[in-house]
Amino acid sequence: MSKPTLKLQSALQLLAHAGHDVPTDAPQGSIAWLQAVIDGLCDVSSRDPLTGLSNRRQFELTMAREIDRVARAGEPALMLMVDIDHFKRINDTHGHAAGDGVIGSVGQALQECVRPMDTVARFGGEEFAVVLPNCPPAFGQTVAERVRLKVQRRSIAIAPGVDVAVTVSIGGAFAPQWVRSTAALWLERADRQLYRAKTEGRNRACLEQPVVSQVSAEEKGMLFGHSQFQDIE
Amino acid sequence: MSIAFPAAPGDAKAMRARITAVTSGKGGVGKTFMAANVAAALARRGERVLVLDADLGLANLDVVLNLYPKITLHDVFTGKAELNDAILAAPGGFSVLLAGSGLVEYSRLTPEVRDQLLDVIQKVAPRFDRILLDTGAGISDVVLYAVSLADDALVVATPEPTALTDAYATIKVLANQQQRSIIKLVVNQVTRLGEGRAIRAQLQQVVDRFVISSTGTPLKLDLLGEVPLDSSVREAVQRRQLLLESFPGSAAAKGVAALAERLMA
Repeated sequence: MSKPTLKLQSALQLLAHAGHDVPTDAPQGSIAWLQAVIDGLCDVSSRDPLTGLSNRRQFELTMAREIDRVARAGEPALMLMVDIDHFKRINDTHGHAAGDGVIGSVGQALQECVRPMDTVARFGGEEFAVVLPNCPPAFGQTVAERVRLKVQRRSIAIAPGVDVAVTVSIGGAFAPQWVRSTAALWLERADRQLYRAKTEGRNRACLEQPVVSQVSAEEKGMLFGHSQFQDIE
Repeated sequence: MSIAFPAAPGDAKAMRARITAVTSGKGGVGKTFMAANVAAALARRGERVLVLDADLGLANLDVVLNLYPKITLHDVFTGKAELNDAILAAPGGFSVLLAGSGLVEYSRLTPEVRDQLLDVIQKVAPRFDRILLDTGAGISDVVLYAVSLADDALVVATPEPTALTDAYATIKVLANQQQRSIIKLVVNQVTRLGEGRAIRAQLQQVVDRFVISSTGTPLKLDLLGEVPLDSSVREAVQRRQLLLESFPGSAAAKGVAALAERLMA
């Protein structure tokens, strides 16, 4: 009986199409070569082809990992849902190629204004999502505003001599600290805030007020009847 | 302000039974003990009471009541049994709906768990005057969701500093997240008469200072009662019996009966 042969032709085509170099230093068919092909496929299947950002599949993995980490370690993490305002108008006025250019440029803007540890993904259509691990609640609004302004100030060339500017609406929610929860609920919360940003007039960032379950030393002091904090004002 | 869950409190309002969630923050403060014995006290006063084990991950109402349920909420959730068959008669003249231990997959609040819990509560509500939701320890999504379905939130605390801190944290979260303007408080295991009142005052003072309610209305803590530290409680729990049945004359039983009466008022 003959050994089954691996049919890698379509895999190699896919990689070539996505601009991935298939390794030439390892002999074809060797384990190192196969590993490189697999790595390439993993990369291709986790990226959005238009923007090069993480795709939704990759993002869902990131979310699930992060929500577990937050539950365990209690470090706050923020999720932002970012949606381009009136995107349909771009498509209708300038055509779909221009629309694609805008999506690519907004994606780039998002990637430029976050930390390397943050994950930016194209979530679908003109919607993006960002997970920011270890982002304290007090910084949330500032981060979201920075993202919003970065996009607003960007001039996007969609054709020679034709520049457009777009705005985004942002909804944000923190993963519940020390709490077992699910990525789906986290997303739902951020989505609800995005909806709020849209209905309140777009080009704005709305964040869910994080649930603060931590009790400060000052609160504890007062709770147990030590009055040393009461006079500090 | 954030509303963390789409199930609006309005969903509960249309129900017939008054829903009271029993919660605490810290575990081991007598939450399940309180739910079971308050249910018995309410049943004695003629209410049709159901205690629903909303501690889906780590339920122990069955242990407290010495019940060995063949059918649990888990079977209802998975479609293996009818809801009616999962409602059991408990000693003390009330009904229980037990989660059964081992529902680990329900310790996370998924949209499915949320819908199933809401569905069960909506179905049983017309048949009772009162539903007590015995929630799990901690401030998890499941706990917060269960409390969000209730008309009243009842927080059980003890004078112990850790229990008091966790009770305070729970109160803070409920005020911020669920726009509650009244939270009922029971102080368990008090060692002197009036300690419950002192603890309520202390908690209220910290709440007034640090808790900014999302509604703008100041949050009021309503002391339902105090239950004294009493060896008969331990004895009843060891025997896996209701305190109100085994030691009806004990100071703790009298405390529970008094707070149940206030709950009805």
